Amino acid sequence: MTLMKRAIGSALALSMATMATAERGSDGDVKIIYWQAPSTMNPYLSGGTKDVDASALVIEPLGRYDENGAIVPWLVDEIPTVANGGVSADLTSITWKLKSGLKWSDGSAVTSNDVKFSADYCMSPDGGCAQLSRFGGVSSVDIIDDLTVKITFEKPTPFPYGPFVGAETPVLQAAQFANCMGAAAPTCTDANFNPVGTGGFVVTEFRPNDVITLKANEQYRDPAKPAFATMTFKGGGDAAGAGRAVMETGEFDYAWNLQLAPDVIAKMQEGGKGVPIAGFSTLVERLMINLTDPSSELGNERSTRKHPHPFLSNINVRKALSMAIDRELLREIGYGPAGKLTCNVVPAPAAYASPNNGSCLTQDIAGANALLDKAGFAKGSDGVRSKDGVRLSILYQTSTNAVRQDFQALIKQWWSEIGIETELRNIDASVFFGGDAGSPDTFQKLFADLEMYANNFSGTDPQSYLGRWRCDNIPSPDTQWQGENMPRFCDPAYDALHDKLQGTGDLEERAKISIALNDMLMQAYAIIPLVHRGRLSAHANSLGGVNLNVWDSEMWNTADWYRIK
Amino acid sequence: MTDTTVQTKALSRNQWWDVWDQFKTHKGAVVGGGFLLFITLAVLFGPYLWTLDPQRLDIRAKDMRPIYTLLWDSGAKVSWGHPFGTDNLGRDTMAKLMAGGQVSMAVGWVAMLLSIVMGTAIGVVAGYFKRFDGLLMRFTDLFLALPLLPLLLVIMMLFRDSLRKSFGPEMGIFILIVIGIGITSWMQTARIVRGDVLALKERDFILAARSIGTSPRHMISRHLLPNVMSPIMVSATLGLANAIITESALSFLGLGFPSDFPTWGKLLFDATDRMELYPERVIWPGICISFTVLSVNYIGDGLRDALDPRIRGR
Repeated sequence: MTLMKRAIGSALALSMATMATAERGSDGDVKIIYWQAPSTMNPYLSGGTKDVDASALVIEPLGRYDENGAIVPWLVDEIPTVANGGVSADLTSITWKLKSGLKWSDGSAVTSNDVKFSADYCMSPDGGCAQLSRFGGVSSVDIIDDLTVKITFEKPTPFPYGPFVGAETPVLQAAQFANCMGAAAPTCTDANFNPVGTGGFVVTEFRPNDVITLKANEQYRDPAKPAFATMTFKGGGDAAGAGRAVMETGEFDYAWNLQLAPDVIAKMQEGGKGVPIAGFSTLVERLMINLTDPSSELGNERSTRKHPHPFLSNINVRKALSMAIDRELLREIGYGPAGKLTCNVVPAPAAYASPNNGSCLTQDIAGANALLDKAGFAKGSDGVRSKDGVRLSILYQTSTNAVRQDFQALIKQWWSEIGIETELRNIDASVFFGGDAGSPDTFQKLFADLEMYANNFSGTDPQSYLGRWRCDNIPSPDTQWQGENMPRFCDPAYDALHDKLQGTGDLEERAKISIALNDMLMQAYAIIPLVHRGRLSAHANSLGGVNLNVWDSEMWNTADWYRIK
Repeated sequence: MTDTTVQTKALSRNQWWDVWDQFKTHKGAVVGGGFLLFITLAVLFGPYLWTLDPQRLDIRAKDMRPIYTLLWDSGAKVSWGHPFGTDNLGRDTMAKLMAGGQVSMAVGWVAMLLSIVMGTAIGVVAGYFKRFDGLLMRFTDLFLALPLLPLLLVIMMLFRDSLRKSFGPEMGIFILIVIGIGITSWMQTARIVRGDVLALKERDFILAARSIGTSPRHMISRHLLPNVMSPIMVSATLGLANAIITESALSFLGLGFPSDFPTWGKLLFDATDRMELYPERVIWPGICISFTVLSVNYIGDGLRDALDPRIRGR
């Protein structure tokens, strides 16, 4: 109820602010720049933030997270809870009731069939859906009536807001995607590029990895919105160019994810055309260690569980890698006030942040050296350690970005001090995060020994996020390289504990299990966290209504954006 | 006594002395040659005098300004230990410039030699043997139509891993870039050489040589090649400049060499984010690239004049 009040309150406040121009399409064009170009408008086919954000302009979920991390109703009138009867008392089902009168952008009505279809679409066995972990434990989705749909879980699910809450799992139009089930999903380019949606905007032209042009959705539920008649969503370039385009030259209205060194941002802000905005969610810059052998001789079995990594499968090596890193220096050089120290892959909310891994905060080169000595890796004449003919030589890949390259250089130096040789590789961000199964350079394929990037989870519940590191989420040729378990971490005990999390209702107990799961990952050193990052974006001074949401897509409320006159 | 020496010298005078005399009159070419010599020596032998490791990070000494900043800003953070300043991770700019120059120049020279050898061979064969002419020239047209950057991207994707395995990361990429630039820049040379060979073939001295039964091999090596030397040398200098620029462009795009491996283009690329705060980080590599290319172009200009016997002596 308080949620509703707040939503109404802010809607009122907004409509007051835009009273003078409260008319659809009265504010002309808004220009957004994403320095990673979206390659699809279908988030079920790509886990990349850029694709999820672009799709959030057009297609919407039933409920989503607001800027405080609270769940708010979106295509429904209220969020089902146990209290209002929407969630069954035994926690095995959730019943969503769509708003009445909702229209797709082609004029047809949104029905519960669309919701059921979207779930089936993602859960289709041979589809390789990128958001499958959000549908974990769903046994069936049933239509009650035209507007009501019931999602049933295999067992009591205390947090039933995995499917259809947050920008990653929007509702697709059944009529449009009917022929795109399963393995056919990636072939439906027209549907994937021009989805029919309920959001504020409709795609007029989609150029993959380049520009998306959109116009206001004539069928949008609020007749006064969106204020902008058209939108240009430009992709590509780099973070510095994007920041300059908004804050210095004013060519664009909104720039996303300005991963730039603090001194660079400060200098740009002096341009006076725009302001940076920051928020902390759960974004962690991390190293993903490849526990499998990426050697190119293995052909199709490269980076799959069939071949363990020659030396990174040894936990002492992974631990030494982590010990040699000075995280405080990384934070200071790379993010300044937009970064915090962490030793966890789940750094927030506070109740879910593990207190057990603090030792990583101090760099310990001597300790790392001692550990490697004990593990039997002896330094050779060139200062590089080896054991049984296996040299500790690492290929370290990440996306092309000045801050990441600085991190690479620093970390390479520390690792050289413990006798580990590092080769650096940087890949264009659009390719690296592109998820194209045809490219060898994607972060899913991980044809390297380790890689660095940042990721987070939307919302406040880490269940589906922690589900990423289950055995069945490992990207491999069998899954068209979809899946988010980049380290290829596979531990039956982890899976069992995660199953337990899915069946636990008590919040305190859930936090305890989440912390245990996080600790398993951290203490296995499969993932090495580096910095807890704030999300930093920038908007033009003349762009109103921007509400940086770090828990959901940044594009969550573009229908409310307007031009300040 | 003096007279006779001069006399003997003049008599045994090699034709290259004439070329040199003519070359000397082109001021731009002489200055360019001097600069090229200087920068080549600097990048080759500089690292022995200036022994800082270009990849060594020293965070305490980060963001140093060049020493000359003191002229207008007495409060600037400078040190004689880093006369050209340091970057944001404390790597010495002067060491990086020299290390970067070695790579850029090496790529330039090797790629240029490769493209000249290919271009000359194809041009001479196409010009001299009529039956190969059509085929080779269509082949040349085909290569002219290939866009360089996308081609290099594809080559890099296909061969990067295997080359890296056989030659190591830096050498592998070096070979890849050199071959990439080499095979996409020989076409102009081939066309020019073919044109010259076609014209030469009709000249009387060739006819005379042919009438005494000179074999095609000797015809090419004795009579044709020496006479097309001048356009080859000119296009060689242009090719060198072109290769340095292409390598810089590739590095600037963030492709090519690993990120901690300096080349001039890469230094430029890394510096763009802080261009306003630390302009020297863009200016120095920029000056190195453009002055080297400019001097090479002037040398080419001077060589063209010097190698042309009709201009020589005027």
